[in-house]
Amino acid sequence: MNHFPGTWGRPRDDVYGPYDSSYLRSTGPKAHTQSPAVTGTSVIAVKFNGGVAIAADNLASYGSLARFTDVKRLRVFGDAAVVGFSGDVSDMQYIDRLLESMDIRENYSAHGNQLNAKNLHTYLSKVLYKRRSEFNPLWNHILVAGFDGEKKPFLSSADLLGTTFSAPHLATGFGAHLAIPILRRLFPEERPIEEITKEDAIKALKECLKVLWYRDARSLDKYSLAVITQEGIEVQEDQQIEAQSWAFAETIKGYGAQTV
Amino acid sequence: MTSLIDHNPHSNSIGFSFSQSTNAGTKEHSFYPYTDNGGSVLGITGKDFAVLAGDTRSTSGYNINSRYVPKVFKIGGDEDGEGAHILLSVVGFAADGLALKEKLDAVVKMYKYQHGKPMSVRACAQRLSTILYGKRFFPYYVQAILAGLDEEGKGALYGYDPVGSYEREQCRAAGAASSLIMPLLDNQVNLKNQYIPGSGEGHALEARKPEPMPRETVEQLVRDAFTSAVERHIEVGDGLQMLVITANGIEEIYHPLKKD
Repeated sequence: MNHFPGTWGRPRDDVYGPYDSSYLRSTGPKAHTQSPAVTGTSVIAVKFNGGVAIAADNLASYGSLARFTDVKRLRVFGDAAVVGFSGDVSDMQYIDRLLESMDIRENYSAHGNQLNAKNLHTYLSKVLYKRRSEFNPLWNHILVAGFDGEKKPFLSSADLLGTTFSAPHLATGFGAHLAIPILRRLFPEERPIEEITKEDAIKALKECLKVLWYRDARSLDKYSLAVITQEGIEVQEDQQIEAQSWAFAETIKGYGAQTV
Repeated sequence: MTSLIDHNPHSNSIGFSFSQSTNAGTKEHSFYPYTDNGGSVLGITGKDFAVLAGDTRSTSGYNINSRYVPKVFKIGGDEDGEGAHILLSVVGFAADGLALKEKLDAVVKMYKYQHGKPMSVRACAQRLSTILYGKRFFPYYVQAILAGLDEEGKGALYGYDPVGSYEREQCRAAGAASSLIMPLLDNQVNLKNQYIPGSGEGHALEARKPEPMPRETVEQLVRDAFTSAVERHIEVGDGLQMLVITANGIEEIYHPLKKD
């Protein structure tokens, strides 16, 4: 014990080195998110005749640690759209709060217009682009599913840089590598959207989630799935990947190429 | 215990969790605000028209984001581009490209409301340069091409670098495959390295003089340029969007390209 009360009860500097208090700094350069902390992996979505289906698993990872296993990464906005989030979970919760307050504001407003999925996507992409331009990004890649102003199925993506694009099937993260080729094979561009039923779309998404569960080390076999049609939004949370077959794993030796 | 006693109360080595700002080191910034979305654009002018074309593929790395993301835009029209009299193509970082397009679109509309006449292409070209230079120290990471008809009704084309240097040209290629397309244009539009046969020996050989080309020839040249670029550049493909501006308005032509 000495006469510096500030040091009492703290690990001894001569033993443990001085305490790194840089994270408590209130002056000096402002620290923005330079890398995500708790993250969600892929979101996958596909358009079908009369709607859009979107899915994501319920895992939030902390690096390679499967930290939270009951996180809903599909957020319903009003009765018009579903937003699927991958990337930083705290930034997801911030954006969700933004959307919640906007939804309340819109519902109380007198104009009576409903924001559709297209409007929502425009708004979110501008929020993301503004934040990246301030060097303070929201570390997410999002998919927005719903209907546009002409009541046609709408599916579009926006990422932390503000880049946007739209396609009949979209996937973020690892899904862009594993799910997109499957979806492109099942629903080639030549095949008109009228031929794709809701059941086809859901079946395809479940298949993709299974492949991701097999090969994406940051994925989970519990997932959420939302289907948006003109009748409304059906969200199923706490789903389980079924008919798993790990038989293939027994034959794998080494990194897979090894035969003896 | 001695080391705990000989602490100087003003020294930073005491494990206080505050007032550490003076010796705070510089923070590493690992967030990079740009990406490259690939693709190529190309513009050629004629006597009374201008053609601006671009492929519709959007990429990130080796992934294809989407097969249809247009990068040639109508400027100064309504939501469907009706009433527009200027074309803009942007290639490079798509989010910056979209932001730039929306900014220029707003400027051209405000000009019309305030002056009661449409903005000339010359004025718009200068304004676009100013917009780009306005972000000289955090540039829009895009190569832009502006096209329209000048005061005399002739095709006008302006090429830009990301910070606003610009010049009026007969033709310009930009983007991922610009190094493949531009030399072809130099030869076929500006007739570089083309000489009149039998007009002399050595330096006396007379060079062919470039002349404005008919619309059919230009459109075919654009298609050839892109089908060739698709063969050799992985970021170019899927579709060719061609916008032709004449005194009668803007015509849009779409051609499929190879999707491999």
